[in-house]
Amino acid sequence: MPKLAELISKGSRVATHQPWPRVVVDEDLWLSSAALLAEGHATLLGLWGDVDAIHMALLDSTQRQIFVVTKPCPNGAFPSVGHVHPPAIRLERTVRDLFGLEPVDLPDERPWLDHGQWGLCHPLSRAAEPQKEAETYEFLTAEGESLHQIAVGPVHAGIIEPGHFRFTANGETVVRLEERLGYTHKGVEKLMAGATIDKAAELAGRISGDSTVAYAYAFARAVEAALAITIPPRAVWLRALMAELERLANHLGDIGAICNDAAFAIMHAQCGILREHVLRTARNCFSHRLMMDCIVPGGTRVDLPSSGFEEIRLLVRTINKAFPPLIELYDNTASLQDRTVGTGRARPALVQQYGCGGFIGRASARAFDARVQLAYPPYDAILFNYDVPVLAEGDVNARIWIRMREVLQSLALIEQFLARLPVQGAVRVAIKGPGRSGEGLALVEGFRGDVLAYVRLDRSGKIERCHLRDPSWFQWPVLEAAIENNIVADFPLCNKSFNCSYSGHDL
Amino acid sequence: MRKILFKNFLRKPLTEPGPFSDDPEIAALAGRINFEATRRLGRGLAIREIDAGSCNGCELEIQALGNAFYDLERFGLRFVAAPRHADVLLVTGPVTKNMREALLRTYEATPSPKWVIAAGSCAIDGHCFSGSYACVGGVAEILPVDVEIPGCPPTPLGLLKGLLAVMTAARGTTA
Repeated sequence: MPKLAELISKGSRVATHQPWPRVVVDEDLWLSSAALLAEGHATLLGLWGDVDAIHMALLDSTQRQIFVVTKPCPNGAFPSVGHVHPPAIRLERTVRDLFGLEPVDLPDERPWLDHGQWGLCHPLSRAAEPQKEAETYEFLTAEGESLHQIAVGPVHAGIIEPGHFRFTANGETVVRLEERLGYTHKGVEKLMAGATIDKAAELAGRISGDSTVAYAYAFARAVEAALAITIPPRAVWLRALMAELERLANHLGDIGAICNDAAFAIMHAQCGILREHVLRTARNCFSHRLMMDCIVPGGTRVDLPSSGFEEIRLLVRTINKAFPPLIELYDNTASLQDRTVGTGRARPALVQQYGCGGFIGRASARAFDARVQLAYPPYDAILFNYDVPVLAEGDVNARIWIRMREVLQSLALIEQFLARLPVQGAVRVAIKGPGRSGEGLALVEGFRGDVLAYVRLDRSGKIERCHLRDPSWFQWPVLEAAIENNIVADFPLCNKSFNCSYSGHDL
Repeated sequence: MRKILFKNFLRKPLTEPGPFSDDPEIAALAGRINFEATRRLGRGLAIREIDAGSCNGCELEIQALGNAFYDLERFGLRFVAAPRHADVLLVTGPVTKNMREALLRTYEATPSPKWVIAAGSCAIDGHCFSGSYACVGGVAEILPVDVEIPGCPPTPLGLLKGLLAVMTAARGTTA
């Protein structure tokens, strides 16, 4: 038996939690779980607070089983996981900001999402307190000769999200990068608490606009798990179809944008055309360019019109024809690869430790893709011959290659989905929420990586607690390491090749 | 690369005709702009985009304005990197409290005459985030807003119409 499963069997299982087990543990078991993370026997999938409790989701070493451990915190404190396993540090700082729970021995005591602007402290705790005076945020230091600091953001030069980057550089070489995030914190989890399922679904779709399908998908699956709802088969396939269209649009847009950051504008222009084709097809088929609010708990809100089949097939044909020459163009342009090869290397060991998902993980030898290892429907029925593209170099070039391969794979998947999509049938079942409480967890592979959703419903069918964890939580810290010893001018390139979400992270 | 360039040279442009200033929707939007200065801005309008806490959906559609289909720059509209170079601030998001100061400072750094566009439902009234402890809820709560562009997110065409309205009004033809 894997070590994690053995440990979990000692806790007391919560019967209402589906589909993976959630167990309540004491302090010893909590510390043992943290030790397993530190030793690499499990991967941290999420850590979130509750009123008087702390939860942690772990992926075991087979990558096919998820466990949630919960430690009650009657005294408002819990032993810090970040103390032995650094990937938990920012999550624990967040738990402290939002719930006022104290991670004992947390190595970094600074606030994270709380910038001292909300007018109250610990907004999600039982009794939020009035804001204390904000302290000056102390950035980490770097020592050495001739170092200077460059402060960037929160307002950036491009049309991108806000966040602050503090570079310490020696000449052009970056010695240390420290991120400060939280600028887009919108208080989503508080808005969700007590909300109806519909309202919460609307919010879930607006946590990170580029991944609106993935979030809606994860949220819907978590609700359905909590209430043991089976959705109509046609909806199962439609959801995956939307998810692949979203992946396609983002990969195409970003591949172009990364090349543009290396001043290779033709790639940007060409990929921009293909991205626009995807968005227009989405609008014609699902009435929204980004497919917002299309996936809802119980199925999908819109059905694919009969004209949609041909439209999507045409899109696949167009991209299948236009994209391979662009791959060739990338492959044959030495001046472009001069910028991307060897730049922003994310070390496989670090990526493994942080459980870095998506193309960032797969470009650094971490072969995890929730569509494959956790094979939620309909991927369980289709991915038998699906190879996860994996590279080990971990540089900007590797991340571009992974994404180019994923474009081709998504196209192939879309064709399969169209072939397997039941021709007729309902796409939505009614949610019979009230009267039954329940808890569900879901992990869905968005374009950026795995999105985790935890939902607990109360007896009135309303949301009691909902937590959504963006893949960026475990990617942002790796970017700090990847940029080290690169030149400042390559930061946009590295940053774009990671393309972490600010809004998804800040929530 | 030569092959791609040559092929593009031969085929018709993908760029679609834009909405023109005689579009009643643009005239209506432009009519609402209150100008303290009706000086002509020449042929261009410099836009500084500020994400004040959006989900990034609006940013995606604003970025799309630069693609071959919409080709924003043919109208003399262009995005600039600094507020000091800007005539227009295009603000998205429900204005999170953590972004309030940055937004105010950006506004103060923009030279007059300047106009503010609230783009997207969140920027207009906070949308589904209104009432949150972490959001101000709408750009108009802290800045004078000249034009609102609705949508969640607004479509590129909707954005284009709003921007053209500002330009039309700035040239003094409608105002």
